Amino acid sequence: MLRLEKRPNPSKFWNYATPVTAVLLTMVAGGILFMLLGKNPFEAIKLIFWDPLFSEQFASYSRPQLLVKAGPLILIAVGLSIGFRAGIWNIGAEGQYIIGALCAAGVALAFYPSESWLVFPLMIVAGAFGGWLWAMIPAILKTRFNTNEILVSLLLVYVAEKLLAAAATGFMRNPDGAGFPGSRNLNQYPAAANHELFANTGLHWGGVAAFIAVLFTYILLQRHILGYHVQLAGQAPRAARFAGVAPARLVVLCLGLSGAFAGLAGMFEVAGPARQITIDFNAGYGFTAIIVAFLGRLHPVGIVLAGLLLALTYIGGELAQFMLNLPAAAIQVFQGMLLFFLLALDVLSNYRIRLGVSPRASEAV
Amino acid sequence: MDFSSINPVTLIAMLMVAATPILLAAIGELVVEKAGVLNLGVEGMMITGAVSGFAVAVNTGSPLFGMLAAILAGAAVSFIFAVLTQILMANQVASGLALTLFGLGFSALMGQSYTGIVPPRTPKLDFGPLSDLPVVGRIIFGHDILVYVSILLVAAVWYWLNYTRSGRILRAVGENHDSAHALGYQVKKVRILAIMFGGACAGLGGAYLSLVRVPQWTEGMTAGAGWIALALVVFASWKPWRALLGAYLFGGITVLQLNLQAAGVRIPAEYLAMSPYIITILVLVVMSSNRGRRSLSAPGSLGRSFHAAG
Repeated sequence: MLRLEKRPNPSKFWNYATPVTAVLLTMVAGGILFMLLGKNPFEAIKLIFWDPLFSEQFASYSRPQLLVKAGPLILIAVGLSIGFRAGIWNIGAEGQYIIGALCAAGVALAFYPSESWLVFPLMIVAGAFGGWLWAMIPAILKTRFNTNEILVSLLLVYVAEKLLAAAATGFMRNPDGAGFPGSRNLNQYPAAANHELFANTGLHWGGVAAFIAVLFTYILLQRHILGYHVQLAGQAPRAARFAGVAPARLVVLCLGLSGAFAGLAGMFEVAGPARQITIDFNAGYGFTAIIVAFLGRLHPVGIVLAGLLLALTYIGGELAQFMLNLPAAAIQVFQGMLLFFLLALDVLSNYRIRLGVSPRASEAV
Repeated sequence: MDFSSINPVTLIAMLMVAATPILLAAIGELVVEKAGVLNLGVEGMMITGAVSGFAVAVNTGSPLFGMLAAILAGAAVSFIFAVLTQILMANQVASGLALTLFGLGFSALMGQSYTGIVPPRTPKLDFGPLSDLPVVGRIIFGHDILVYVSILLVAAVWYWLNYTRSGRILRAVGENHDSAHALGYQVKKVRILAIMFGGACAGLGGAYLSLVRVPQWTEGMTAGAGWIALALVVFASWKPWRALLGAYLFGGITVLQLNLQAAGVRIPAEYLAMSPYIITILVLVVMSSNRGRRSLSAPGSLGRSFHAAG
């Protein structure tokens, strides 16, 4: 009989090995899924993971897309990871991303058609502030009224989506747009546009922000007392309280930081690749970032790698959609399976698998 | 604006229909949480039920088969959650989220060829002349079978949790899994069964959405119903009859909001459509701020993993 025995400390080896194993298992399971859908599994997997980077035909378009898609994922995930470490679950990043974009676009449109260089920095501040503000709702409700932050942050995503729809069809609609929903195109508004910094790299200011956020989080977690408090609160809540960690402060800090990062991601997206506020502006980055955070083991460096990988599944998924007629939702299933495998394999880092009856039970006999 | 078009009797009859999917999901989740497990995958299980129920009902022409399929599909996906959290000891919050993300993707994939199709009609129960009575005819005798099933389910869960041995074992497992284990109850088995019951209920709730309430299949059609069901359990302080009350209150808000939109109130539809979510949040705040009462009613081991030492 198989039996689990808790390890005194999580296994270092499996800590690194589980994400890799989970990705490989997801490829196998994904291949089976694609086969069931009547596609050639090897071709589909190659199209998703290999061709966007190395095929002569697609790479010139796909490679820059990698940074375009990974930027927001990493930026959001790195913010979420701080809270997840402390057991504070912000799962409403999607909503904070939308509100960040709305605030930034609002600032840009308010100054239209200004040519001042100040517009872009102001948009950055507005984006971060919008995301922070939206995350402060669950934070304040949690600290003041003990309301569950998971449910509140998630329900606020739906509120944000409705606000987005109201903005795109109402108060932010392009006055010169012949009545079509959607705001002005920010890419045609030089003071607000977030263009590629170097041609054909896909790197825009959002990528730079993601890089800074990763560095910032790394230093916070490794070198700063706050980072220590976060880890302590997550691993030993009682000890944390004795050590003088104020749980309320931690909630406000973690939710606020992750909200601001998500808002920033929304800001760079609306001024850059998305170009404008539209009804379907949000592409699910806020939810995929949760998978990125877990796949990256809540570690900043891991999150960079995980963000690049999931960006690849987005791009490869589009490619497979185009070339093989693979349904768009198949990639969503693929990402969901990845999280399942990851969570399932985590048992190996925390437990040893033993054969036979437990020693204590056999003593009793 | 024309308020006279809002008829209170129709409103009540409609709110019962609007409340039924979340009531079904909430009563299932209530049992799961009473067993000490927090399954955040309600949304994913509901939408899986919605698409499987729809597909089977369309292919067999029978809504009843569709609903049975939804029950099975909901229980099946919840089994993934059960294996992850009970056998592989995975974090419940993360596993529930994974279930929701997976369910949304899976349903979109399965439902592709079903958008725009009209499902077979679910008939209303035939009460003969009773249905023609004024007022009560529409409110009490004018529904399809699932509205009655959901109310009976509430009664059954209430009775079972309070007055049967197995119901009390489930509560013991949820209150303190270490003591329950020491008494010889099989904590994991109880929890796995509870999770699958919750999945079955959520699946049925989802099928009610796609087969009766809407009735159509669209991607992401649950639109947060699963999360509202989770909030409802907190609102109900883990008491079945309160879940019924909460679901009907919530159904009332949804229907009223839709009626106001139809009556042409001068508020943009988007803001009215926000109201159910905002009111859910407000209700959560009111319920949870009352710390003393809440700590008395939440199951003691809620959300904690159980691993028998030795």
